[in-house]
Amino acid sequence: MDIKDIMKPENMVYSKTPVLTSTTMHYCPGCSHGTVHKLIAEVIEEMGIQEKTIGISPVGCAVFAYNYVDIDWQQAAHGRAPALATATKRLHPEKYVFTYQGDGDLASIGTAEIMHACNRGENIVVIFINNGIYGMTGGQMAPTTLIGMKTATSPYGRDPKLHGMPLKITNLIAQLDGTCYVTRQAVHNAAAARKTKRAIRKAFENSALGKGTSFVEVVSTCNSGWKLSPVAANEWMVENMFPEYPMGDLKDR
Amino acid sequence: MAEKILMKGNEAIAHAAIRCGCDGYFGYPITPQSEIMETLMEEQPWETTGMVVLQAESETSSINMLYGGASCGKKVMTSSSSPGLSLMCEGLSYLAGAELPCLVVNVVRGGPGLGTIQPGQGDYFQACKGGGHGDYRMIVLAPASAQEMYDFVDLSFELAFKYRNPAMILSDGVIGQMMEKVELRPMKPRWTNEEIIKSMPWATTGKTPDRKQNVITSLALDAAVHERLNHTLIAKYKQMEDEEVRFESVQCEDAEHVIVAYGCMARICESTIEMARKEGIKLGLLRPITLFPFPKKEINRLVPHLKSMMSVELSTGQMLEDVQLAVNGRIPVNFFGRLGGIVPSPEEVLEAFKNSINK
Repeated sequence: MDIKDIMKPENMVYSKTPVLTSTTMHYCPGCSHGTVHKLIAEVIEEMGIQEKTIGISPVGCAVFAYNYVDIDWQQAAHGRAPALATATKRLHPEKYVFTYQGDGDLASIGTAEIMHACNRGENIVVIFINNGIYGMTGGQMAPTTLIGMKTATSPYGRDPKLHGMPLKITNLIAQLDGTCYVTRQAVHNAAAARKTKRAIRKAFENSALGKGTSFVEVVSTCNSGWKLSPVAANEWMVENMFPEYPMGDLKDR
Repeated sequence: MAEKILMKGNEAIAHAAIRCGCDGYFGYPITPQSEIMETLMEEQPWETTGMVVLQAESETSSINMLYGGASCGKKVMTSSSSPGLSLMCEGLSYLAGAELPCLVVNVVRGGPGLGTIQPGQGDYFQACKGGGHGDYRMIVLAPASAQEMYDFVDLSFELAFKYRNPAMILSDGVIGQMMEKVELRPMKPRWTNEEIIKSMPWATTGKTPDRKQNVITSLALDAAVHERLNHTLIAKYKQMEDEEVRFESVQCEDAEHVIVAYGCMARICESTIEMARKEGIKLGLLRPITLFPFPKKEINRLVPHLKSMMSVELSTGQMLEDVQLAVNGRIPVNFFGRLGGIVPSPEEVLEAFKNSINK
């Protein structure tokens, strides 16, 4: 049998969603960003909302998210994405608006913007990538860095006396009346990725229903920043990150 | 006859915004300009024109809301006063870098720091020379009456969209708080989404199959691309300098000396000119209406006929430097300024002028 006989539409079991561009990603092998991008693109395709979706990209590794997800994008200053999303959604109530932010962006420099956007209950989706480190800047300590974790700015390990405790910002977000759905997920294996995709879809659906802010944290790997191989990074995450940042819904109403 | 209403300069800004088809106002309270958002909230334009009005959590957030709204091709604005503008400088740099149109109103008070809530003109450098990081400029309009506060809102939007660049109304606590008769201009409808898609093909209006994605960003990591972006910006600023200079000239044609003043100080200096003329002193007033672009060519034209110029400001001498650059050492350039919210009287300015030419 020739390969041409096999490559037929009826035999197709998987194809890349057209919402994901063919641009080669700049992410390191093993990084969670690529998987989360793909899940968002798939949700946008499945909901048929490519023309209605506006993404706000952060400062950090995902600054280039616009190169990979084929929708209109605004690239925000560090931490300010929720402010951009607020205005965009209020001026375009019929659109789906989401921010894509890392832990340095959302949990450090952008705490005021995320808290108040969530508290106002803006009908937006927030995708929060928590890998406990500054990726693009070169592996510095983030507010979410674990105790004892070595980074470029905590070379002897994060010391709570010096740096405070890891910030569980998602738990704070869940306390705000403006949020309708707050969940913590991961993409380290197929089952987790499927759950995360369901969470992202639900978040986008909530946005159309006008229920308030939906917040999806994805506990992620930064194997380059953590100085671990992709497989070891996944294992380290399950062993160390999950106890601090447990999986599951924090709020669903 | 057109309707004229007695109102504060700050209130004029709010009414002008609603009536010129502004899509969104995002702001944070600060003295002496809070009447702008207060008036908007009282007027509830979302019930009439559909204009969005939102009190943000900070000036940082307000300016970034403008970035989001402007990215959608909407007419968006904010207002603040000096310390608030400092917080907005990050956003202004991003807006200029991403070539986004918007209007920022600064009703200036005295600084530095928390300074005073009394009027000042100490934000000239911040407004005209950048404020935020990088090579950028804003179109800066300086109103000298409540009517100009009103009229410059529409004009600022027109210029901001013409150049895809932030425009600023650089006012001061006097003009903001002063009550004068204001003629309300005819209502302009807000742009429809269809009009925005047609006239602003760059805006994030949702990617349709007939076009490539639109990305609003100020990031350009490729050296050549980044240099090209800066050259594009510089070309725009050059065009502004060629085409958008606005000023008012009072008795300059036969003048031997000219005072340069803007905003509230121009109003005071108008009286100074009249007093000087009565004493036989040939004094004129040049009032820059655009502070960037600055009326360099007009100063250049006047200088050969003048013995001196004097910059009068509620600062320690900021516009002074632009006057000096334009004069380029050909005649003496003097300065008079008061601080702390002390607005000098016309007599005080005249006295200072006389001292400056007799020293």
